[in-house]
Amino acid sequence: MKSAVIVFPGSNCDRDLAVALERVTGKPPTMVWHGETELPDGIGFVAVPGGFSYGDYLRSGAIAARSPIMRAVVEEAGRGLPVLGVCNGFQVLTEAGLLPGALMRNEGLNFVCRDVSLTVENAQTAFTSGYRAGETITVPVAHHDGNYFADTDTLDRLEGEGRVAFRYGEPVNGSARGIAGLVNAAGNVLGMMPHPERRIEAAHGGSDGRRLFEGLLEAVAG
Amino acid sequence: MKLRIFVTLKPGVLDPQGKAIHHALGSLGFAGVEDVRAGKLIEMEVADTTDDASIDAMCRQLLANIVIENYRVERA
Repeated sequence: MKSAVIVFPGSNCDRDLAVALERVTGKPPTMVWHGETELPDGIGFVAVPGGFSYGDYLRSGAIAARSPIMRAVVEEAGRGLPVLGVCNGFQVLTEAGLLPGALMRNEGLNFVCRDVSLTVENAQTAFTSGYRAGETITVPVAHHDGNYFADTDTLDRLEGEGRVAFRYGEPVNGSARGIAGLVNAAGNVLGMMPHPERRIEAAHGGSDGRRLFEGLLEAVAG
Repeated sequence: MKLRIFVTLKPGVLDPQGKAIHHALGSLGFAGVEDVRAGKLIEMEVADTTDDASIDAMCRQLLANIVIENYRVERA
């Protein structure tokens, strides 16, 4: 599978994602600069990385979500292209309107950087097919604005439609209903605050994150 | 024309920064502060011909995130 990683000024997890994608797919992804207006031909998967795009100015992810390449990503996502947003990438996807809600300052005001336990809530999505429903996995987080907010009706709808992919297994950032990751209605866009690309081999302390990429690769190929 | 755009969190949306400011005011010994909410003020200089619809569009598409924020425009 050919994949692409979007790079904004201030992205800092783009290379981690590139390493993870190369290990899993066997091919290095194309790195796509934010000023581009089109994705390369034949891309089967796009990742929007973590970091501090545009210095988090205005709101985390707000400026990146209006960059030229994001118009192309939104358009392709509408046609079913799988898109993963991690950390700042999740913030970018909510700001771009691909996912509902918003990510606000952590409830405790601190930057949280540690391993956290996650429960796999829905193992039926293209991104979570490498896991078992209800399984607990360990993946690191590193964020200041990970406190997921949406109104009660939206939260009920997300839960009812099985769109919560991952939930924190412990208090992390005050996120509504412990939401750590969610998918769009069509199931081809996932946004999550934890970093699966930082947990792909034994040297990282485990490979729970690797199964997300492996499961996706299999789902896309199948 | 000068515009002042006030972006504030919607009522009911938790404001950790406002809480921290509230707490710090208490630490400084100021009594009687009942609540603090923090927001943003964006000042802009725009052409006099800029119509209300464009200003509204700027607020909705970028300056405020209408999922969590309200905005108010003041013309100076």
